[in-house]
Amino acid sequence: MTRIEVNVDGVAYSDEVEPRMLLVQYLREVVGKTGTVVGCDTSNCGACTVHLDGRSVKSCSVLAVQADGHEVTTIEGLASNGELHPVQQAFHDTHALQCGFCTPGMIMQSVDLLAENPNPSETEIREGLEGNLCRCTGYQNIVRAVQKAASDAGGVS
Amino acid sequence: MTAVEERPAAEIGHPRRRKEDKRLITGRTRWTDNLTLPGLLHLAMVRSPIAHARVTSVNVDDAKQAPGVMAVLTGSDLGEEQGSLPNAWPISDDQKAPPHPSIATDRVAFAGEIVAAVVARSAAEARDAAELVDVEYDELPVVLDLESASQEGATLAHPDLGTNVSATWVFDSAEAGTGSNVDDAIRDAEVTIERTYRQQRLVPAYMEPRSVMVDPTHEQITMWSTTQIPHILKLMLALTTGTSESKLRVIAPDVGGGFGGKLQVTPEEVITLLAAKRLGRPCKYTETRSETMVSGHHGRDQIQRLTLAANRDGSVTGFKVDLLADMGAYLGLVTSGVPILGAFMFNAIYKFPSYRFTCTNVFTNKTWTDAYRGAGRPEATFAVERMMDELATELGMDPLELREKNWIKHEEFPFTTVAGLEYDSGNYEAATAKAKELFGYDDLRREQAERRGSDDPVQLGIGISTYTEMCGLAPSRVLGSLAYGAGGWEHASVRMLASGKVEVVTGSSAHGQGHETAWSQIVADRLGVPFEDVEVLHGDTHIAHKGMDTYGSRSVTIGGIAALRAADKVVEKARAVAAHMLEANPDDLDFAGGQFTVKGTDKSVAIADIALATFAAHDLPDGFEPSLDAEATVDPDNFSFPHGTHLCAVEVDTETGGVKIRKYVCVDDVGAVINPLIVDGQIHGGVVQGIAQALYEEAIHDDAGTLVTGSLVDYLVPSAADLPSFDTDRTETPSLTNPLGVKGVGEAGTIASTPAVVNAVVDALRPKGVRDVAMPCSPFHVWQAIQDASTGGPS
Repeated sequence: MTRIEVNVDGVAYSDEVEPRMLLVQYLREVVGKTGTVVGCDTSNCGACTVHLDGRSVKSCSVLAVQADGHEVTTIEGLASNGELHPVQQAFHDTHALQCGFCTPGMIMQSVDLLAENPNPSETEIREGLEGNLCRCTGYQNIVRAVQKAASDAGGVS
Repeated sequence: MTAVEERPAAEIGHPRRRKEDKRLITGRTRWTDNLTLPGLLHLAMVRSPIAHARVTSVNVDDAKQAPGVMAVLTGSDLGEEQGSLPNAWPISDDQKAPPHPSIATDRVAFAGEIVAAVVARSAAEARDAAELVDVEYDELPVVLDLESASQEGATLAHPDLGTNVSATWVFDSAEAGTGSNVDDAIRDAEVTIERTYRQQRLVPAYMEPRSVMVDPTHEQITMWSTTQIPHILKLMLALTTGTSESKLRVIAPDVGGGFGGKLQVTPEEVITLLAAKRLGRPCKYTETRSETMVSGHHGRDQIQRLTLAANRDGSVTGFKVDLLADMGAYLGLVTSGVPILGAFMFNAIYKFPSYRFTCTNVFTNKTWTDAYRGAGRPEATFAVERMMDELATELGMDPLELREKNWIKHEEFPFTTVAGLEYDSGNYEAATAKAKELFGYDDLRREQAERRGSDDPVQLGIGISTYTEMCGLAPSRVLGSLAYGAGGWEHASVRMLASGKVEVVTGSSAHGQGHETAWSQIVADRLGVPFEDVEVLHGDTHIAHKGMDTYGSRSVTIGGIAALRAADKVVEKARAVAAHMLEANPDDLDFAGGQFTVKGTDKSVAIADIALATFAAHDLPDGFEPSLDAEATVDPDNFSFPHGTHLCAVEVDTETGGVKIRKYVCVDDVGAVINPLIVDGQIHGGVVQGIAQALYEEAIHDDAGTLVTGSLVDYLVPSAADLPSFDTDRTETPSLTNPLGVKGVGEAGTIASTPAVVNAVVDALRPKGVRDVAMPCSPFHVWQAIQDASTGGPS
């Protein structure tokens, strides 16, 4: 077992973990952040996407020990002071989710996408979300949500 | 989201943002795998890597000694107790089916079948110990190819059955009295088109892998499961394991998609239930995606041999369908009935005078197939819409013109089809005209001609699908006539609470469809209460004690109508109290906007005040039961028949085989719309699943029966980058079979889009002599079709 110190959604945690434990397992099973979910075992679906020091990562592809000394933001830490993050709000407004299982990862990836490119074209949005699979929406309203979040934030999309 | 939306004049038809979203976008969800209980034990499954083998020994000694292991269960341990997994749809009296134990006892029949289950204190310990279970297999020959499996003398998927044929099923319009003899039509035809199409095997690929947790403590066993069908599951578990139905409670918490893939009673559910009962401890099993791919049922996998007979003027005179359907290794809950659901749809929107459908259900050593979005209807729609394009080409007619020549005209409804269904309403002319305009049909045809003329290496193809489908499964008497093991009704109750708030309990079990929002809209309108004041409860057999669950685009047309009927009963109960409070005759009261008003006066009382008065019960009419609760169970008179016209333009690179969708227009007629946001969302997602079949997805097995597309690396669920945006629009021809005029929408997009895309791909390649491209129309398949056409090879 290895001791790690990780800040998750603004709270400092110190835990003993098995070296083989994945970050997503640590978040779900140790910290209780079950908003972050597991959709596959090959890093294809992106449902487990979180932010590690502000950049999106698939938390199934990071070991918990690699997060030692770092800051993790999950879908549960995105809203602040009871206000939804603009991307969360845009997903709601544009009906960009149905079953909602891919949604946490999709939102975290969209936030990262917009941080990198505040004014993306439709093609750039589609390519930026390529690593996140959704089976319900056909992506049409997810693309709209990202466009809406961009324009609400002052972009021209 | 915090802002309350302005209250519309009517909730029905209003694009309400969904109530469900808040928990889903903030991660405050209850997926089954999120749940835990004190002392929870975890299961891991040991699965056969071999497609067909005698199991000669299962040595669990090392696994039992591993850290944290509490038990290791084998098929012989469970014995009779595990029963046989249910098939609720024996399509013929002499249907053959092998026993289907949850844990194999002496033989496995597909790669992925469970041979042992390890129960340990953590999921990791269970998986580690599963590696230590030593199984010896004596390999048997496999049969994988559907065509050869159906032949005499084929290798047998189940040697004890003596055949691979499970059942055959025939519908003949001459025998049924719904049309003439198809053989005569083919004999007398001026033109016949014969084709064979293959519906490749697909994986439903819901995003949430399946998970089940069972708490055996207390008097009643509780199961949480990622299921579409908590009510059916409860009944089937009771029958399978001999547990009293009243001792079981099944909860489907948040469920991450289903698409028919979670319309099943799974071995994993039965094993987890039995493990929990035996150990007296709560147990949970969550599969990996790789396990989902082999163990969750697959869909489609049919071979269709088709003959279309017509006159030179384009009028179709008959359609003969000879179907082989791959069951895989076992019959799941409705495996055998899936092809039969297609039997009534091969004639689609057309007035074919004669029709015969013959289906042979065949076993192979592969994962079993069962319902997948559309279940039988996408296959049928593909066949007829492809054949109409082939006929149009043969006759040199525009494919839309050919369709119009044969389709049921708007003024001809209601229309009894050659398959014996009565279509209540439809307007194919309106949907097609709208779609043509949105698409720019004539301009694209002109561009196509130019590209053909200049021999452009990138050719343009235009594909059409003027689909209909039967959904809202289903009138119970029809299900009975098809030997399905249950009815097709739905139940709801509506309860006015003392505070004036409303609880709606529905037997439908949503997993992404937005019932909480749509049912709130229906009931809010009916009771005249605010949308926000309605709470919809579902997915728990304790709370919704009766139900038939969610599949077959049935929820709104049956479950939504049940909620409406129950709300109407509440209004009638409230009317009696209102009359008493207002000292008026009940017949003299108007009810609107949540207020009872004495006609011609300003004396009124709100339904919320009546709710409080009923709760207090201090002063009610004599003999009035102090309750504003009501229940309704609705059995539909007929299916609903959504339809529409989908037009697809593709660009096909004839040098690389690459296909790009350039424009996709769909005009769907799903009748009256409760919530246009939700309806559009269902169409978007449905269209993409159909496109996925047309262009991307296929479950492929190697010669030994191993699924080589066994993960999301190899099985190509399309991403956002693979797809375009669609132009969606609607026409609204109300259904006449329910009071809201609604039709189902869950499967329509998937049913419509596959033939639209493949027709477009083939259309692009017609100048190359190509008349078919195998699905999925991958670059390789497209390129192969071009090569075959140029060398005279198979098409």
